Amino acid sequence: MAENILHEVTQADYKYGFTTDIETDIIPIGLNEDVVRVISAKKNEPEWMLEYRLKAYRHWTTMKMPEWAHLKIPEINYQSISYYAAPRTNGPKNLDEVDPELLKTFNKLGIPLEEQMALSGIAVDAVMDSVSVKTTFKETLAEKGIIFCSFSEAVEHHPDLIQKYMASVVPITDNFFAALNSAVFSDGSFVYIPKGVRCPMELSTYFRINAINTGQFERTLIVADEDSYVSYLEGCTAPTRDENQLHAAIVEIIVHKNAEVKYSTVQNWYPGDKQGKGGVYNFVTKRGICKGDNSKLSWTQVETGSAITWKYPSCILQGDNSSAEFYSVAVTNHYQQADTGTKMIHLGKNTRSHILSKGISAGFSNNSYRGLVRVSPKADNARNYSQCDSLLLGDKCGAHTFPYMEVNNETAIIEHEATTSKISEDQIFYCNQRGISTEDAVGLIVNGYAKEVLNKLPMEFAVEAQKLLQITLEGSVG
Amino acid sequence: MLQIKNLHASINGKEILKGLNLTVRPGEIHAIMGPNGAGKSTLASVLTGNPAFEVTHGTVSFNGKDLLELAPEQRANEGIFLSFQYPVEIPGVSMVNFMRTAINEQRKYRQQETISATDFLRLMREKKELVEMDNKLTNRSVNEGFSGGEKKRNEIFQMAMLDPSLSILDETDSGLDIDALRIVANGVNKLKRADNATIVITHYQRLLDYIVPDFVHVLYDGRIVKTGDKNLALELEEKGYDWIKQEVEGK
Ligand SMILES: Nc1ncnc2c1ncn2[C@@H]1O[C@H](COP(=O)(O)OP(=O)(O)O)[C@@H](O)[C@H]1O
Ligand SMILES: [Mg+2]
Repeated sequence: MAENILHEVTQADYKYGFTTDIETDIIPIGLNEDVVRVISAKKNEPEWMLEYRLKAYRHWTTMKMPEWAHLKIPEINYQSISYYAAPRTNGPKNLDEVDPELLKTFNKLGIPLEEQMALSGIAVDAVMDSVSVKTTFKETLAEKGIIFCSFSEAVEHHPDLIQKYMASVVPITDNFFAALNSAVFSDGSFVYIPKGVRCPMELSTYFRINAINTGQFERTLIVADEDSYVSYLEGCTAPTRDENQLHAAIVEIIVHKNAEVKYSTVQNWYPGDKQGKGGVYNFVTKRGICKGDNSKLSWTQVETGSAITWKYPSCILQGDNSSAEFYSVAVTNHYQQADTGTKMIHLGKNTRSHILSKGISAGFSNNSYRGLVRVSPKADNARNYSQCDSLLLGDKCGAHTFPYMEVNNETAIIEHEATTSKISEDQIFYCNQRGISTEDAVGLIVNGYAKEVLNKLPMEFAVEAQKLLQITLEGSVG
Repeated sequence: MLQIKNLHASINGKEILKGLNLTVRPGEIHAIMGPNGAGKSTLASVLTGNPAFEVTHGTVSFNGKDLLELAPEQRANEGIFLSFQYPVEIPGVSMVNFMRTAINEQRKYRQQETISATDFLRLMREKKELVEMDNKLTNRSVNEGFSGGEKKRNEIFQMAMLDPSLSILDETDSGLDIDALRIVANGVNKLKRADNATIVITHYQRLLDYIVPDFVHVLYDGRIVKTGDKNLALELEEKGYDWIKQEVEGK
């Protein structure tokens, strides 16, 4: 299969860089309490939701952007951004009612929104510029008692669940971007898997930023009740723009006793051009809690896009015998910057975490792994194994590893390994001599290097991710 | 098939090949011998398009094409294969994936369809037998953790898979024990046809007992200074290279 993928990839430019010409409902730039009220009003939200937003907004005004990451972030003027953009559709009931332009966009993105979806067994909640457009398979899922809908719908129809779980893992005060998101978030996805239910299909959300000068602030909330299982996929793309776009999302995951959640992301926001102009600023707070005993959470991410990535999918291991995984491939090329990693907070007994981070840097980019493993005094027999590998293409790029360990229990076993390697000219020439072009050789080597992580992804995503790795690195060697 | 005329090449500004001439016709086996540092590997590198080397003079034509105009992968897909003196390791890339990619690139270049999974597996099995290569090796990453001898055997395996029209074997015999040498030589002989040719670069006459050359050339100081038949190899074995040096420098 790999070679098919390699063949398909011939284009060096950002292949998702098109904008869709749809009428958009957009509010003027700027941020203040009135804007927060307008957003809430446009979404017909209940009073408690507005209160939550306002509280978050007021807290945000007291906060400063974090500066500890190994990133050079140009100053962001939060007053020059529009905080809400919605495609002007009045609640489509089926595909025929959806704007054909929008469907074309989804087709270009390769989202199988139509009937063939049933065969591939994916339910898609497609989010374009903040408002969830269409959710498929809701009915199939509903039979099992599974809730999979846009965040707004959940606020309307499942207020009890939202009020119980929202901000229970990422409080509004957590960090600057989380507070901002809590104030202005536009939409996102909500998943609830009831007790004892194994979700029969992969659930998938596609995010895409379309309108000019809009920030995208989605929120995802996933709750897996006792003895349940779900695998969730999130994909992201954004059209090519000269100016930078801001993206600050929150993902919260709650895993109850004996339940398991797999969360996979392929992030391909527009990275900016070869000179570092434009691109998405991606400041994301993702955190899950293994709340019950024997619960399991796994994060798998492939990060190829964004001009700046600030992202640490984390896990609080609260239940005894709970376990968590973080599998990551982060690629940076040209002038991209990524500071990404994870936090594993061991609270329960016999908790286990596994971190596998594969960084790939090319061009003039900077790629940092930042990870924290914390073992609390009560977490007897906690175990962590971390492996952080860096692969360098060329000598103008940087790879950095910042592992932090806070171990407050003597019975803990914590292991950390790190390697750095380089693709050599000899390796490339060896491939060339076997008839393989330099681009394909880089693809082959990089995909081999990232294999362990890619294998964790569901099939359709693994294919997409392999292509993306190669597209991202085109022109970086030779 | 191959015509090299007055070839000059250098690395980092230092001239290594200094006017080399060589003609290879289909069906022939040429041995190139010569002391260390004479430029044998350089010749192999230049023919296969290693970008570390710069061609400053001369022409090379291969099946009527200007070889020096072609990118390394084009040369490979035109049918030139190099068994490297020092094969590199490529961690993470499985032999299977590597070979399938190489075969399909060659097919694409020749406007043929990609190989089917069954045909590919059959081909792998057949060629593995030819060089008595262990399944263990083809299940690993390219050359990773292979012994010196295993690497050389893997080169001949790849050569068998890709079925080149011109094979260049650079010191393929070094690092092989006598049994491995026989197996590798056997593989090369079985691949021999009237429409392909082989250049065998070696230090030792030993290999030429198994792969019998039509011509033996002595490469010295960047030039081919003497050409003979297989008896020349025996003479070199017996007398060393000093008499060649004297002959050349005496002229
Ligand atoms: N990368 C390099 N940089 C500088 N000199 C080199 C390099 N590779 C080879 N040479 C020089 O080129 C000459 C020929 O080398 P080589 O072709 O490998 O010889 P042979 O294969 O005949 O032993 C030697 O003097 C060697 O030192
Ligand atoms: Mg040599």
